[in-house]
Amino acid sequence: MASLSSGNQVLELDCDGEIERICHALQEYSRKYRRRGAVIAMSGGIDSSVCAALCTKAFGPKRIQALLLPEQDSSHSSSSLGGMLAKHLGLDYIATDLSPALEAIGCYQWRDDAIRTLFPDYQQDWKSKIVISGGAKGGFHYFRLIVQTPDGELLEKRLPHKAYLQIVAATNFKQRIRKTIEYFHADRLNYSVIGTPNRVEYDQGFFVKNGDGSADIKPISHLYKTQVYALARHMELPEAICTTTPTTDTYSLPQGQDEFYYALPYDKMDLALWAHNNNISAMELSRVIHIDAEQAELVYADIEAKRNATQYLHARPVLVEAVTEIHLDS
Amino acid sequence: MTEAKTIIKTYISDNFLMGQSDIDLEDDTSFLELGLLDSTGVIELVTFLEDEFKIKVEDDEITPENLDTLNKISSYVEKKYA
Repeated sequence: MASLSSGNQVLELDCDGEIERICHALQEYSRKYRRRGAVIAMSGGIDSSVCAALCTKAFGPKRIQALLLPEQDSSHSSSSLGGMLAKHLGLDYIATDLSPALEAIGCYQWRDDAIRTLFPDYQQDWKSKIVISGGAKGGFHYFRLIVQTPDGELLEKRLPHKAYLQIVAATNFKQRIRKTIEYFHADRLNYSVIGTPNRVEYDQGFFVKNGDGSADIKPISHLYKTQVYALARHMELPEAICTTTPTTDTYSLPQGQDEFYYALPYDKMDLALWAHNNNISAMELSRVIHIDAEQAELVYADIEAKRNATQYLHARPVLVEAVTEIHLDS
Repeated sequence: MTEAKTIIKTYISDNFLMGQSDIDLEDDTSFLELGLLDSTGVIELVTFLEDEFKIKVEDDEITPENLDTLNKISSYVEKKYA
């Protein structure tokens, strides 16, 4: 019977064996679907960095098209870490600033118009982000908008329905334009597109449908983030990448993944998801990650709520009647 | 049925059931258990209540205890008027 008594040792990996298994899957996919290499957008974060390293191991550096796809709200460290990784892995990369395309398509305008319904004085030189509230205390989740004036003053309001949806929809342009660029290069080179979600992101639906959720193969979607960090260290990726803190890198104010989406920081979230998947009681989880039992119950409930809420993101297009002549892999 | 409850039921039926009249929405049916409410649905419902009944829903009132059934919502709205 599974036990959490050893803490995060439950997430220990046979790194060599896992790397071999993933590389085999990447090669098998490419052979089956006649792709000649892989396109990967590198954000400088741990997930895309490990995926790039795995693809390089599977195919060799000459069959990888690395991309750096920043836009005006990206942190400056994204491109510098991405460039550092490309050099480390011996990859050629193409850097494309997405800001002009996003500007032309209205991403920033739609977002800023929605922000001004709450903060009429908001200007382009202000910063903003969305944070999640409520769920950890047993209430429903809702979202708050935080803006920062140029002189550093922080203002905050709860987001009403229409403004929330419009800000998220506008921001989702970023992931979707990124994916459009990735598929351009994949088509140009006859490569596959690599998706980089880890297990918690995949399970909890932390991705944009037809944006970062779209890919041909997702090599680390079965691995907890703790395990992804372990692979990064095992493959001796640069220290600056192995010590990055997960962020969304989507809003102009710094935004940790746990303040936008998850109930806990990533290392505790990993253990909570593992514990829930292995029928560990909330009481035992609470002892190991040092939260109270009531909060652990709420974390379990939140995991299920997010699975339920994000089924739409995972769902394939629905056919009213099956076309039985078409056989898709599960 | 109170007038508030009728208005809320009509809103839930039109907006969350999407015309599926065969789903039985009793006064004590849990929207969560029925899978009708996610976080977007919750803020949609809160916005509706604020606009329709001219009330201010406080952050700590966005809970299943206030918003998970027709009865709970109508009791909550009536309390806000009291």
